[in-house]
Amino acid sequence: MLDRAAHDALVAAVGTENVISDPVQLRSYECDGLTGFRQIPSLVVLPRATEHVANAVRACHRHGVPFVARGAGTGLSGGAMPVADGVVISLQRMREIVDIDPVDRRAVLQPGVTNLDITKAAAAHGLYYAPDPSSQQVCTIGGNIAENSGGAHCLKYGFTTNHVLSMTVVLPDGEIVTLGGDTDEQLGPDLRGVVIGSEGTLGIACDITVRLLRTPETVRTLLADFPSVTAAGDVVSDLVAAGIIPAAVEMMDNLAIQAAEKAVGAGYTLSTPAALVVELDGPESECEAQFAEVRAICDRHGCTRLHIAETAAERARIWKGRKAAFAAVGRISPDYIVQDGVVPRTRLAEVLNRIENMGRDAGLRVANVFHAGDGNLHPLVLFDEDAGELERAEELSTDIAELCVELGGSLSGEHGIGTDKACSMPRMFGEADLSTMDRVRTAFDPQHLCNPGKLLPTPRLCGEQPGRYRPHPLEEAGVIERL
Amino acid sequence: MTDSSFDATNPPSRELLNDCVHCGFCLPTCPTYQLWGEEMDSPRGRIYLMDLAERGEIELEGAFTEHIDACLGCMACVTSCPSGVQYDRLLEATRPQVERNVPRARSDRWFRNGIFALFPYRRRLRAAALGGALYQKLRLPALAARILPPRLRAAQALMPQVRLRSAFASLPRRVRPAGAPRKRVALLSGCVQDVFFHEVNTATQRVLAAEGCEVLTPREQGCCGALGLHAGREPHARERAKQTIATFEKLPVDNIVVNVAGCGSSLKEYGHLLADDPQWRERATAFSEKVRDVTELLAELEPRAERHRIDAKVAYHDACHLGHAQGIREQPRSVLRTIPGVDLVDLPEAELCCGSAGIYNMTNPEPAEELGERKARNVRAVSPELLVTANPGCLLQLRRFLDDVPMLHPVQLLDASIQGRRPTEAPMTE
Repeated sequence: MLDRAAHDALVAAVGTENVISDPVQLRSYECDGLTGFRQIPSLVVLPRATEHVANAVRACHRHGVPFVARGAGTGLSGGAMPVADGVVISLQRMREIVDIDPVDRRAVLQPGVTNLDITKAAAAHGLYYAPDPSSQQVCTIGGNIAENSGGAHCLKYGFTTNHVLSMTVVLPDGEIVTLGGDTDEQLGPDLRGVVIGSEGTLGIACDITVRLLRTPETVRTLLADFPSVTAAGDVVSDLVAAGIIPAAVEMMDNLAIQAAEKAVGAGYTLSTPAALVVELDGPESECEAQFAEVRAICDRHGCTRLHIAETAAERARIWKGRKAAFAAVGRISPDYIVQDGVVPRTRLAEVLNRIENMGRDAGLRVANVFHAGDGNLHPLVLFDEDAGELERAEELSTDIAELCVELGGSLSGEHGIGTDKACSMPRMFGEADLSTMDRVRTAFDPQHLCNPGKLLPTPRLCGEQPGRYRPHPLEEAGVIERL
Repeated sequence: MTDSSFDATNPPSRELLNDCVHCGFCLPTCPTYQLWGEEMDSPRGRIYLMDLAERGEIELEGAFTEHIDACLGCMACVTSCPSGVQYDRLLEATRPQVERNVPRARSDRWFRNGIFALFPYRRRLRAAALGGALYQKLRLPALAARILPPRLRAAQALMPQVRLRSAFASLPRRVRPAGAPRKRVALLSGCVQDVFFHEVNTATQRVLAAEGCEVLTPREQGCCGALGLHAGREPHARERAKQTIATFEKLPVDNIVVNVAGCGSSLKEYGHLLADDPQWRERATAFSEKVRDVTELLAELEPRAERHRIDAKVAYHDACHLGHAQGIREQPRSVLRTIPGVDLVDLPEAELCCGSAGIYNMTNPEPAEELGERKARNVRAVSPELLVTANPGCLLQLRRFLDDVPMLHPVQLLDASIQGRRPTEAPMTE
């Protein structure tokens, strides 16, 4: 519970009409897209302006109240999960596209604007916003900054950090600063880059200026089926070896295809063991030339069906199926965990085989959807909580992430560490790395109030495994009692 | 584990609740989430609250009821859900629980009872229309706008310009097809539709006949129960469903045709609504299988009657109960495209409800008004010469905010084309 003074200060910071304190209503904020981790917040505030955000953060800072910023709550690592006795600062009432500047190709946004709405607003000028996480219809630019989100097209175009020019950030003490500038090249240390991807631990991004790109002249999308995941993986390696940089190369295995096809009816082949979605974009002549090469490479690896999207609507359907794949897995399994890891592209086949074996050993099915072009895997561990499979599934999922590290990759490609993987961080980083990260964090947030317990492991979170209950000797003697 | 807060009569089922994976893809298309940005007024948040209530962790009274009441029931979330969550079923199971178990404040109860004492009755609606015409003649609306409380003010503002002649006109029971008969169909004439949009029913009969359908329109039909079904008044809805089935199943017809999106979606639900009633289950399913929206039926039939040119930019507004609830989006468009000269345009934010939503614009006037204004802005953004939509609720709602764009039901536009007149001219009758 918040003490009275802190509560009143927060209400004063944003106004009564922008505060949620009803216990039932607060329950709906207890988790984000990762529902396994839950914590009821003491209060939710919904600021309407940057000044409101700063007021709220200042109130938290003054009263020592921890806070968590929340966008659309779609994160898959528990990054927006509230903290005990803390406040959630929801940016969902700051959803204005402040400005589109077609000449300098920039957009100025409030943090709650959805990723897809940026592109919708820019489309009239022949422009678009490149990073496209699968949840782009709902996830917000503020959340994208926190997670440094990627998406299918980041293979060619880069992550969020390559597209955010500047932003005002409310620091953990409530100060408003501007990081970055209108041009790419800024002098001094890149603090903008430090904040992007810090998972909401260094401050709250408010007024955000992003770069817009010109909509490509031509887009070619093909869907190719393969007799095995290995064959599809080899195609990816060959594409890169041939010097082709597709806009996107996505792979799905059979389970994922079945789920996505059920949800969207995109025209995927239900029986194929693996499929690739390859997209090329750019000037027409370049696209055509590369497209012929892509076809040849696919054929060389035993492609069983190659389908080219004929219309924009068909292309959209292929992507819709791919982007809905996570949630669509809900149609083939009562519960599932979305994992996110990275391996060097050359080890794709190896990691997939090992995942398959690990799944078999655990007696669980694993569906695979991934951004094959940059080795970013999204294994989906399917399970049934009612059948008591949760623990086994969580174990398998963690093992898969740690396998990625073992193979020379990373714990996370784009979903972040959050609550979910904080305890796996020592698998990837040494003591010195972690303490350096902690010093950066402490420099921004000496009181550790800004999204505490996320991203970096803490002894409370990971070190002390509570053992079996054993009565204290004094308890046995009847001197003290456990309440 | 604690007991569920729902009673034992058809509570939202655990299986349906478990379908939600909390991905949030539904948030952007939810009208109340668009307005307020609050998790508990999103489909994901409402399902989360249903889940907590089912586990007995929260009570129905208070915040839970408030957020279930605030839902428009537009079902845009069903369209946008990749996991196939059946929010429609969940809401239909939850609303009767609220109606049964949560006492409403007296004024709220009276207001809701008032709506259900009036709208499902054609005769009472006609009496109201008579009063309404007088009311409008006396220029009372201007006075009402100043003195009435918000809900009553909203209700009176929705009242259309009443034309008494059509409000009291009755439809011919049988209309013969032009040329060789292709189908025999029965028409559901509706309550609000028949009193306030009688001309839509006559246009429907003419168009169907011109396309080779014999049209039977039974006089003894009453309300189909749609308003009650969507508001959680289950006993009322079941009663009306049985009467409607009994009236129509006697008729030797291929299809039952409906030109009201809200009614059509509830007619198609009868099989589910009466699934636990062994006497009615099969009859209800057989009935539901025959139901077609008029645009659905017309799209199935190869056009036969000659279409005359109508040069106009026409905006099509998807009624939620046609698009989201019945998945009928392409058919009305393809029917309208059979008219030469029609330049059909879609609206921005087409998936977003206009705020009408059954009785919602009377029970929740403020959000309904914001949504109505937003829809009107989106319509103006494409500057159409005409707006067409297949639901009287949407027409009543939009007229309030868009008095500068003529509005028609799709069959009225088709009727004008077949008759070879301008769409805003009065139809030629026999």
